[in-house]
Amino acid sequence: MKSLKAQQHPLSKIEYELEVLDTPINGLSFADKLADSNLFPLSPTQIDILQINMGKMCNQVCKHCHVDAGPDRKEIMTRETMLMILEVIKKGGIKTVDLTGGAPEMNPEFRWFIEEVRKISSEVHIIVRCNLTIILANPKYHDLPEFYKKHHIEVVSSLPYFTAVKTDSQRGDGVFDKSIKALKMLNEIGYGSEGSDLQLNLVYNPAGAFLPASQEGLELEFKKRLKNSYDITFNSLYTITNLPISRFLEYLLRSENYDSYMEKLLDAYNPVAAANVMCRNTISVGWDGYLYDCDFNQMLELKVASPTSQHIADWNQKSLLEREIIVKQHCFGCTAGAGSSCGGATA
Amino acid sequence: MKTYYNPEDLKKFGKIGDFQKSMADKFFDYYGEVFQEGALTAREKSLIALAVAHAIQCPYCIDAYTVDTMEKGCDEEQMMEAVHVAAAIRGGASLVHSTQMMSKVKEISM
Repeated sequence: MKSLKAQQHPLSKIEYELEVLDTPINGLSFADKLADSNLFPLSPTQIDILQINMGKMCNQVCKHCHVDAGPDRKEIMTRETMLMILEVIKKGGIKTVDLTGGAPEMNPEFRWFIEEVRKISSEVHIIVRCNLTIILANPKYHDLPEFYKKHHIEVVSSLPYFTAVKTDSQRGDGVFDKSIKALKMLNEIGYGSEGSDLQLNLVYNPAGAFLPASQEGLELEFKKRLKNSYDITFNSLYTITNLPISRFLEYLLRSENYDSYMEKLLDAYNPVAAANVMCRNTISVGWDGYLYDCDFNQMLELKVASPTSQHIADWNQKSLLEREIIVKQHCFGCTAGAGSSCGGATA
Repeated sequence: MKTYYNPEDLKKFGKIGDFQKSMADKFFDYYGEVFQEGALTAREKSLIALAVAHAIQCPYCIDAYTVDTMEKGCDEEQMMEAVHVAAAIRGGASLVHSTQMMSKVKEISM
């Protein structure tokens, strides 16, 4: 399977994607719902988290990927851009550095960057969003678990279900078996074990046009099934709602589920989740150094509404804190039901 | 094409109160409470509802509880096993009546 970009699919054009997403749902926009909750315009509370997209290159081509990542994507963050990010981290205030992609490990500067972050601070929390299969993709990645452990990195990994059929249907043939092997490697060195502070958290997102189950209940089910079937342990399960952009949007439109899915998100709007959306304490950094309110706005090329601080080179904390967060209809994905963020449910 | 069942009508379920409000309010309050977490989990209740939906052959309920069970984290195998429970009870209900047939046969046979 190729990326939408490689296919030259109409949805790989941001203008078309935004045109689809600009349509009100039952006459309502996300901004209308925020206004009803006295949250419009949406403003930041602080900047605790830097979520960094290290590149769109990935060894997998997941059907729902909002990044449209894959082996054919060549966009990758350079050391020059990483040096600018390190300067921002040196200023203090950033509590969490959250590395994502694509497969962030495929960036040749990935290990160097983490080592540099650790030179600045042993306290900054580092998260790697690891797709698991990368660990087995090439011998040069086999020691990644040890590298994560050495730098005390939280590993967050997608595993849509505890069975091969549902996982592979979303993430590709053979992904489940490789993921299980990688999870065992992480368990063997202490990740995800009870009493260990090496955090291994899994991410569930629905394999289709429906909302995720309750995080608490599903976590118990995942723990039971993975333990009984594969002797695998992990710390927490994060349930994440699929946002209607990029490949998941393409699926929704192709399967004629778009209207009903958007209505479902609208009907499930939760003002508590809206107050806790992750864009209020996160800045997302694109592979080319531009700044966004979140990873989803990054993929829609909606740069932060902070004209003097739109690139990491021009980082201005005050200006970023005073900005208005850009919202569109895709934001309904973060406010439906129990809410959704890169750290799971929010309400 | 007009049909007796229209999937869009499911969305109008809440409107039954337009014709009789107090009974509808009581029904929906009760309905809401039934499906809350209790001695049974919401997930178990959803699977029971899916099975019953097939037993009573209600297309609206089948649509609604197919989505609901998936949103409760059930997979296809669990959902199909729930439907087999309904089928077993329905089939069993027919078959167990055969004891009446057998008794009657014996009653009128030499």
